[in-house]
Amino acid sequence: MKETFYDRIGESVWRETLPNGLQICIVPKPEHARSYAFFATRYGGMDVRFQKDGAWLDTPPGIAHYLEHKMFDTKEGNALQELAKNGAEPNAFTSNAMTGYYFDSTSHFEENLKILLSFVSVPYFTDESVAKEQGIIGQEIRMIEDNPDWQIYTRMMQALYEKNPARISVAGSVESIREITAQTLYDCHRAFYTPSNMILTVVGNVDPIHIVDLARSVLPREGGPAIPRDYGEEPPNAAEHETSARMEVSIPQFLAGYKCRPARDGEEYLRLQLLGDLTCDLLLGESSPLYLRLYDEGLINGSFSGSFEMMPGIAYLYAGGDSKDARKVTEEIQKECARIVREGLDEPYFRRVCRASYGCMLRDLNSFENIAVSLTEGYFHGFDAYRFPRIFDDLRPEDVTAFVQENITEEHAVLSQILPRA
Amino acid sequence: MEKTRTKLADGVFLTCLPARKFKTSLLSAQFVTPLQEDTAAVWALLPAVLRRGTVRFPDMRSLSQELDQLYGAEIDYTVRKKGESQCVGFVASFLDDALVPGGERLLEPVASLLGELICAPVTRNGRFLPAYVEGERDNLLDAIRGIVNDKREYADLRLLQEMCAGEAYGVSRFGDEKHAAKISPQKLYAHYAELLSTAQLELFYSGSADFERVRQTLLDAFSTLPRESVRPPVLPRPHPPRSEPRVVTEEMDVSQGKLGMGFVCESDDFSALLLGNTLFGGSSNSKLFLNVREKLSLCYYASSRYHRQKGLITVSSGIEFENYQRAYDEIMAQLCAVREGRLDGWELEGARSTLLNAYAAIGDSQSGLENFYLGQAATGQEEAPEDLAAAVESTDAERIFRAMESVKLDTVYFLKGRERAE
Repeated sequence: MKETFYDRIGESVWRETLPNGLQICIVPKPEHARSYAFFATRYGGMDVRFQKDGAWLDTPPGIAHYLEHKMFDTKEGNALQELAKNGAEPNAFTSNAMTGYYFDSTSHFEENLKILLSFVSVPYFTDESVAKEQGIIGQEIRMIEDNPDWQIYTRMMQALYEKNPARISVAGSVESIREITAQTLYDCHRAFYTPSNMILTVVGNVDPIHIVDLARSVLPREGGPAIPRDYGEEPPNAAEHETSARMEVSIPQFLAGYKCRPARDGEEYLRLQLLGDLTCDLLLGESSPLYLRLYDEGLINGSFSGSFEMMPGIAYLYAGGDSKDARKVTEEIQKECARIVREGLDEPYFRRVCRASYGCMLRDLNSFENIAVSLTEGYFHGFDAYRFPRIFDDLRPEDVTAFVQENITEEHAVLSQILPRA
Repeated sequence: MEKTRTKLADGVFLTCLPARKFKTSLLSAQFVTPLQEDTAAVWALLPAVLRRGTVRFPDMRSLSQELDQLYGAEIDYTVRKKGESQCVGFVASFLDDALVPGGERLLEPVASLLGELICAPVTRNGRFLPAYVEGERDNLLDAIRGIVNDKREYADLRLLQEMCAGEAYGVSRFGDEKHAAKISPQKLYAHYAELLSTAQLELFYSGSADFERVRQTLLDAFSTLPRESVRPPVLPRPHPPRSEPRVVTEEMDVSQGKLGMGFVCESDDFSALLLGNTLFGGSSNSKLFLNVREKLSLCYYASSRYHRQKGLITVSSGIEFENYQRAYDEIMAQLCAVREGRLDGWELEGARSTLLNAYAAIGDSQSGLENFYLGQAATGQEEAPEDLAAAVESTDAERIFRAMESVKLDTVYFLKGRERAE
């Protein structure tokens, strides 16, 4: 096992790869009462088409999320109750590119971890239990459909992307999940829940050696083959430039999305993530000239914010919130980008925002959840997430200007709006 | 390193929690004032207006530049309801000394900025700048109207409004539209002057600085705070019981229904009710979750909350409209099961460890600590999380059943879809 100390952030990470291919990362936090485990597979809502035994297989949208729900069933009953006895409440989420199972506890941690590792690696479904889940997930889908934030984001993704399956809702639709059977769930579990496609991250008051021994004794001895996935060939421009819907909301909401050129796995991936985040802060952050001007003019309020996201094969920047005139806001974003490209970024402004962004990144390390998710993403994309200070230091104003010039353009833009019902 | 609570001045208290395990320090300043229908909106608006500028940093531009310089320190205004008190003020989070490059110290400049936001706001002719008041008043109005966007939050609020109509507990922490719309810059300034001199001020610090440094820094930062006839926090009054449960139905354009149920607890055995509520619907291993959601697939979520200060339990659930009666009956049946002690062997110890786990973990989060101790101060309680844990530890099953026996249905709130003419 290898221990790496990162002096810029004052953290140590212990790493080990088991013979079955499972990656383990442990971040000891001896002064905390709480310990947190995160067990993730590189399999999410976008992995609907993949190769199995040499043939391409199409699976129903929403299947990764459905599988996540059903993993809690065990032959003996339900893993939730097993963990409940120790006061641990396990939970899980499915995103576009990963499914993660987690819990935290202040006592019986290793016992709980054993339960987590075994229920995630041993599937148990029956046709009856799979059919019953349709009611629960159907309700979940109905609930998110009523959520304007979800609607506005999903519609933006569908307008931005023509082929990439990130455009599909992670939960699927009430119709698509009807096609899911116990057999398709078993197939997907066998393909994606092999130790070689997974990573276990533990943050907290633990002994790294014990954790590794425990994972070795509980998990299967063999890994599995790498699974090729098909995300389609995505053109560089936005598929559509506008989308809107009416809902029961009090004020109009909008998101302006910009399709960006993606990065390859490795350190380049981390660099683009840092560059995209920094661009958001410089262009749209609370101390940016654009934010201050739009806020003063009443075009945006405190709900306005920007974000940069990356997934396999895609990257996009988006900004939004409440606004009485979303079109005007997007015009102003475009104008500000043109100004930045024309005049460059003011050096003292750049340095000041870098200082603030750096502080925010360090502050995020208070959260065990953030630590686990960022180490996991780093592993899936071939970089060490804790090396961010060095790469961040190397970013220059010209990098941001070039990023803006290439990506934040009208051809790449989508305006998604939710308007109140008349 | 021990927690201390010290009186700094008349009606000014400092709770200091030394800790070295966090990446950040947290500093909070909160005024505690009675929650009332006619003043709630005024107090909710005040910190938002104060956050706009001080004498030294009169606008958002100069304020955010200062925060950038302080390594992205965050100072957020907060509006919270604790029992029948309204708490308004600021929470600041900034890098802890050990992580600041070059050994710079951030506690002193952040504390002084916090003091300025409260004691030295930018004014003209003895009142707040009209543009700031109007802008933030519009934002507050948007926030009040925006509650309806999240149907779960909306339904939870509506249940309390209906159940506790005419009582302080039924007032939203933001107040209402009618009162918010009428606030003028003059009126707000008069209220501000009153709050400054008469409301109890709770200061809170968590981080690596020693007590003396924190005390001195805060004394300096708040040296100009006027103090006269400070009012101690008001304690919540019990909810007057109803002879018959009241049912309120509301229609809206939604695809999922929301069923809320409010109960009155006549017993004051709080640790027994806390455990009883955890068994009933307070965790993902509770009877509501396992039966109403998992077993019967009647809803996507169903949970309950114990309002200790007010002696209430509320249930919140999302259901298909046509399942109203079935969900209602099942929720009542599960309450009955807790009263009658129909529990599986693991349930009671599971509920107990869930609560013990939660109390043990409070110390691992600075915002959790701040929120916990503010709640205690605002409602006149002095227990630490360990004291609550000890009370939970020593509560036996008989006490729980007896306490839950006193839980009576008071109000039902149902949000359903509008009938559409085809």
